[in-house]
Amino acid sequence: MPTEQKYKEKVVIKNPIEKIESPVLKIDDLSVSYGGDKYAIQNVSAGIAKNKITAIMGPSGCGKSTLLRAINRMHELYPNTHNKGGVYLGDENIYELNPIQLRRKIGMVFQRPNPFPTMSIYDNVIAGFNLNGIKLKRSEKDEIVERSLREVGLWDEVKDTLHNRGTFLSGGQQQRLCIARALAYTPDIILLDEPTSALDPIATSKIEDLLVKLKKDFTIVLVTHNMSQAARISDYSMFMYLGELVEYGKTKQMFTTPKDKRTEEYLTGKFG
Amino acid sequence: MNSEKIFKYLLVSSGVLMVLIALGIVATLFVGSIPSFKEFGFGFLFSTEWDPTEGRESYGALPFIIGTLLTSILALIITFPFAFSISLFLGEYFKDGALPSFLRSVVDLLAGIPSVVYGLWGFYALKPLVAELGLNAQGFGIFTSSVILAIMIIPYASSLGAEVISMVPGSLKEAAYSLGATRFEVVRNVIVPNAGSGIFAGYILALGRAIGETMAVTMLIGNSNNMPTGIFDLGNTMASLIANQFGEAEGLKYTALIEIGLILFVITGIVNYIGKLIMKKLSA
Amino acid sequence: MHIGTKPKNLIKKKVFIQEMNISTEISDRKMKQRLLKDKIFTNGMIFLAFLSGVPLFLILYQLAIKGYRQLNISFIFEEAPDTMEAMIAVANNEIIPGGIANGIVGTLIIVGLASLIAIPLGIICGTYLAENAKGKFAGLVRFIVDMLQGVPSIVLGVIGYIWIVKPVTSGFSALAGSVALSIMMLPSIVRSTEETLKMIPGTLKEAALSLGVPYHKVILKVILPTGISGILTGVILGISRIAGETAPLMLTALGSTVINTNITEPSSAVPLLVWEFYNDPNLVNMIWSASLFLLLLILGLNLSAKAIARKWKVQY
Ligand SMILES: Nc1ncnc2c1ncn2[C@@H]1O[C@H](COP(=O)(O)OP(=O)(O)O)[C@@H](O)[C@H]1O
Ligand SMILES: [Mg+2]
Repeated sequence: MPTEQKYKEKVVIKNPIEKIESPVLKIDDLSVSYGGDKYAIQNVSAGIAKNKITAIMGPSGCGKSTLLRAINRMHELYPNTHNKGGVYLGDENIYELNPIQLRRKIGMVFQRPNPFPTMSIYDNVIAGFNLNGIKLKRSEKDEIVERSLREVGLWDEVKDTLHNRGTFLSGGQQQRLCIARALAYTPDIILLDEPTSALDPIATSKIEDLLVKLKKDFTIVLVTHNMSQAARISDYSMFMYLGELVEYGKTKQMFTTPKDKRTEEYLTGKFG
Repeated sequence: MNSEKIFKYLLVSSGVLMVLIALGIVATLFVGSIPSFKEFGFGFLFSTEWDPTEGRESYGALPFIIGTLLTSILALIITFPFAFSISLFLGEYFKDGALPSFLRSVVDLLAGIPSVVYGLWGFYALKPLVAELGLNAQGFGIFTSSVILAIMIIPYASSLGAEVISMVPGSLKEAAYSLGATRFEVVRNVIVPNAGSGIFAGYILALGRAIGETMAVTMLIGNSNNMPTGIFDLGNTMASLIANQFGEAEGLKYTALIEIGLILFVITGIVNYIGKLIMKKLSA
Repeated sequence: MHIGTKPKNLIKKKVFIQEMNISTEISDRKMKQRLLKDKIFTNGMIFLAFLSGVPLFLILYQLAIKGYRQLNISFIFEEAPDTMEAMIAVANNEIIPGGIANGIVGTLIIVGLASLIAIPLGIICGTYLAENAKGKFAGLVRFIVDMLQGVPSIVLGVIGYIWIVKPVTSGFSALAGSVALSIMMLPSIVRSTEETLKMIPGTLKEAALSLGVPYHKVILKVILPTGISGILTGVILGISRIAGETAPLMLTALGSTVINTNITEPSSAVPLLVWEFYNDPNLVNMIWSASLFLLLLILGLNLSAKAIARKWKVQY
């Protein structure tokens, strides 16, 4: 696997823009390319705070998704990717971990709700266990399904139709099902790539409430195209521009007193 | 009438002609079968006798129906792992590049080889091999025909599958990968369930091909008019029986062969109809 | 995917799964098993995919090795030898004299006549279907064309026999073969015409119609020429599909030892000759060259269809 960073006992981020106390995840001077020597993101360094919501903002094409996917190595699904620098989960470089095991620790929710259309709601929730061949008792499955669906506030809406296909649900319900699917498998970190951009305002606010509730158990990294969403629910915010992490800090601070001129221009709607 | 109108009539009448051709085929086979049907009734379908001896002529279709179904279904079973591999190779694992386009050409060319040439190759290369393996004394028979048929239908069985596999949404595969699935697990849990009915439709259409295939089978199946006792036995298919006997047939035998043709026509029609039905459900 | 190591447990969670005492851990042994399965599957799939192509090369090799000696000028311009001549040649260890000229001429006539019937009808019908995408009758016609595509060629041989051999030519004839083969090639022409024409953007038609050009002229002068490469590809594929057919010709054209240009008389064809050589022990050496010729003809047709599809592709 392409990595230049070798295992280190104690990882110290080289150029942290914002110092995060005991980060659960450390992005260290990370650059990612989809092939050739053109990098989609360059020299990104940041610590991700535990049990907080970190929002990644920036105009379209600036590398938000690339950064997010590099955190659980989903970008490697494209054939010619390579990267410099590292990402550390605790003190382990994720590029030296087994990607399958890594994704068990770092789950993901996508822009468009993507429940498995051939599976029931029930099977969608425990898909993580089934896909990984983890055998569970019937009663255990039932409990996981119920508790996961309760976590995302979907239980009362679907408890009578658990064995129907998930694709009959509304967009917002589908997206909450996908979140339930990710958290049922108990990752440490949940990555969400613009999870509400395909949803209406009511469904969006339900999901926002849900994320705020979930952060007590999970660390959440959220890519969003929606500044007010970041302002509403995130604790920390990153602003990216042209593949560069321009500014990173407490959300309140960034929205009130941005340090970089580009951040200010973005937040005041001058571009993006 | 102006030329505009004539043109529109021309277009419609081409459609009418198509309908007439199809009706003509059906009517011809029906009318041709009447004498045989009068003589044997529905017993024709279940009789195992094929006796052209004058005076006690008696004809039945069962050995040929069984022979046809046996060879073509066996061919489908043999072809499955190969066709599925090709579908996956072209539809999921290697979508573009030199290697897949090479494989695609090879599969296209397999579809272009005439049936009679497959028969020759089967006769000179495959039959001795089957005999040597001791599966059958001379190497003729249902199994040998099925192997050749399996090769012949690979292009038909694999191409639709490759298409539907390549259309499985990337977002579903990503969802599975993000939960930690290996590629094989993605194939088994996402690709096969989502593309399954399309892959299946491809096999059904390939089965239709195999059922109607004539020359290669004629050259390898042994052309025995008895009921086959197993897959290594000699046998005969409906298509191959017609090819062998229609030329010199007269009287009752002639109409019995037409009735065999009608049965063959109906069976392939049903099989193809099922295949198209599944495909239609897919696109809806 | 490399195996790599397993991430350590970092966070003591209070999440419900911990309460439930369910482990989401995957043991190393299990992990190795899964990765091994993945690897075996991938390699097995690649192996089987390419193994499927092996018969093509074995067939080509066998035909080339055994058939090339016979392929010369006289092979193309002389009629098939009779059994005696061939037997003497074989006994003297010589190349069998003669060729397959009667087959080539027969194939040209039968396939040519079949094309003459099927191409205009197929293109008109394809145009009709493309122009009436949603009509009820068009739907019926589309269904029938689909069903015709699946009719076994031997059944079309029976049809050719009953329609032409008995009532029209009172005997086996090239015409009967052409009729059988024309039905066989119709569906591929109809469908390729329809598909091609459907892909032409409606704006092109509207542009022509808005200039006051009558409907049929728009079709003939604008739409059909724009789709010509797709239609031509379908036609050539249709021809290549029937050129190698033996079974229907056995019941219709029958075969002939001499060149025959009268379409009401029995006629030979290259695939029929392969079948005859196969059945005649003295001529059996000629099957390879005749097959090689037939295969090259059909592969050539296929390749040219592909080339046309690629080269003449009209950019809209
Ligand atoms: N699969 C890919 N192959 C090549 N380039 C890509 C791929 N995905 C994204 N990119 C490029 O990387 C850059 C960042 O893309 P992305 O991370 O998707 O941006 P964002 O999510 O902020 O809109 C863009 O210039 C984009 O064109
Ligand atoms: Mg994005």
